[in-house]
Amino acid sequence: MKTHNSFDEQYQFTGKVKTWSLVAIVIGVITILAGFLTNNAEQTFDNLLLMGYYFTCVCAAGIMFCAIQYAAQAGWSASLIRVPQAFGKVLPIAALIFVIIVISGLFITHNVVDDAGKSHITPYLYAGWATHDLHVKGSGIYDSLIAGKEGFLNIPFFLTRMIVLLGCYSLFGWLLFKYSSNEDEVQGMKYYNKSFIISCVFLVIFGFTIPVFAFDSMMSLEARWFSTMFGWYNLAGLWVSGLSVMTLVIIYLRKAGYMSWITVDHMHNMGLFMFAFSIFWTYLWFGQFLLTWYANIPEESAYFYRRWEPSFKPWFWLNIVINFGAPLLILMSRDSKRHIGTLKTIAIILIIGHWLDYFQMVMPGTIGAKEHWYTEIGWIEPGVFIGFGGLFTFLLLNALSKFKSLIPAKHPFLEESLHHHI
Amino acid sequence: MSSTKFILGLFDDPDVMMEGISKLQKNSVPIYDVYTPMPIHGIEDKLGVKPSRLGYAAFMFGCLGGTTIFSLVYYFLVHDWPMDIGGKPAFAAPNFIPATFEWTVLFTAFGMTITFFFATHLFPGRAPRVMDFRATDDRFVIAIDAKGNIPHADITNLLMEAGAVEVKHNDRKYVSYE
Repeated sequence: MKTHNSFDEQYQFTGKVKTWSLVAIVIGVITILAGFLTNNAEQTFDNLLLMGYYFTCVCAAGIMFCAIQYAAQAGWSASLIRVPQAFGKVLPIAALIFVIIVISGLFITHNVVDDAGKSHITPYLYAGWATHDLHVKGSGIYDSLIAGKEGFLNIPFFLTRMIVLLGCYSLFGWLLFKYSSNEDEVQGMKYYNKSFIISCVFLVIFGFTIPVFAFDSMMSLEARWFSTMFGWYNLAGLWVSGLSVMTLVIIYLRKAGYMSWITVDHMHNMGLFMFAFSIFWTYLWFGQFLLTWYANIPEESAYFYRRWEPSFKPWFWLNIVINFGAPLLILMSRDSKRHIGTLKTIAIILIIGHWLDYFQMVMPGTIGAKEHWYTEIGWIEPGVFIGFGGLFTFLLLNALSKFKSLIPAKHPFLEESLHHHI
Repeated sequence: MSSTKFILGLFDDPDVMMEGISKLQKNSVPIYDVYTPMPIHGIEDKLGVKPSRLGYAAFMFGCLGGTTIFSLVYYFLVHDWPMDIGGKPAFAAPNFIPATFEWTVLFTAFGMTITFFFATHLFPGRAPRVMDFRATDDRFVIAIDAKGNIPHADITNLLMEAGAVEVKHNDRKYVSYE
């Protein structure tokens, strides 16, 4: 083991990664433009929403990770805390992109003809409740249930909630980063204690508001349906996908020759996290499914009915196989958690798996079923995914390269982290 | 011939004891085992202790538990006495999952406990086998099998040089038999 580490080393964002992330962004932009130009505006909007949400959630997971480490006074993670801090620094940009997608989706409209042959002005996103005629009696598509939810599901309040929540998370992410970089300048416990308090406050706020965020962004796509499990289910998905991305970033940084102090024991912990919270995700996924299935109340079952259609059913099952089966079987043994190649594979599997999970949340209720299950995912989906992947890589590595050092050298638990052993 | 069965080096500091292990290893004295009142990180690697196979036992017990209850419930509710509950099919697989999960956990927990008791010869009502009582209190003990490891005086000297506070020559392996 190397004992001499250079703590002053700064990350240089150059070379192949930069080129490829820019190429991926270009692919994404071309796909989005092509999507709009080839009359696939609705599908493109749905994909933008999906990836915007995914991107925001992954960044928020970074702040959640930092906050949990501080609140638990964990020592092992001190030497890698700069990576999730960079996630937090990207959150404001991710949130901005997400809000822009949502606003354009709400205000760019098209005409949709209903069963009676009447035409209605419908927004591209959240058509289930944001269509004006749903709230107008005698419009032909008046929906008393949706109209009854107007107190909560109306555009100004909806956007206010979204902006306030994302702004609040971004602020806490920035504060945690700020305290940690201040800590580098001055020795002592002052900034650590501040981080501890701010982390506890953040976790309380985040824990109670992330379900609201999930209800707004995802659940309101099918506005007549509701599930109280949905918020926690999304939180679990957010956390697993965030941990997978974090693992991948740490593996990349190590391979690029940085963070030589990260040992296989730290990676083991990341593997443990991914394993444990994949099980947790499955628990919540199944909890939601079992209760809906058992109670069999029509307005609840409608959600799974749509996902049970022939064109979604294969994806529905694949979702469980790759998000539960793969981590369970691959990550169970100690050796596989200590093998970097396996961790990398499972992180990529989980990232794709949780994309599929979000896909399951968005598509059946918006764009709806297509002819075959294999035409359900076309060229727009991978294109937008690659675009956002490139954008995330670019912004994250750019944020990392702004850090003066990749390690909080004055962190009180740093020694513990450097000698972490399991 | 000496009646000594085991030579015990008692240390009062874990770091000194770790150096003692190095010293013995350097002098090619095989170490029988080390007893400490608290877990010491990295000691398994140093002594070359094989990784525990308790996890594999846990996995097998879990599989056993899951299979047992799933088969039982299947026999009861599908084969032997199918019932119409809320219009669900007799083989209502999602309903079986919680019970399967619980039994998997139950079998794993009990199975691991029994395996651990079995492997460590601990069992309710049985006096635990201890080579030195203070190894559970404030002494870090290195045990060396005296058989074949002669001369004993050299080992004693090595242990004393390494900083042992006391060296014992025990005629019995365990001191705790009733």
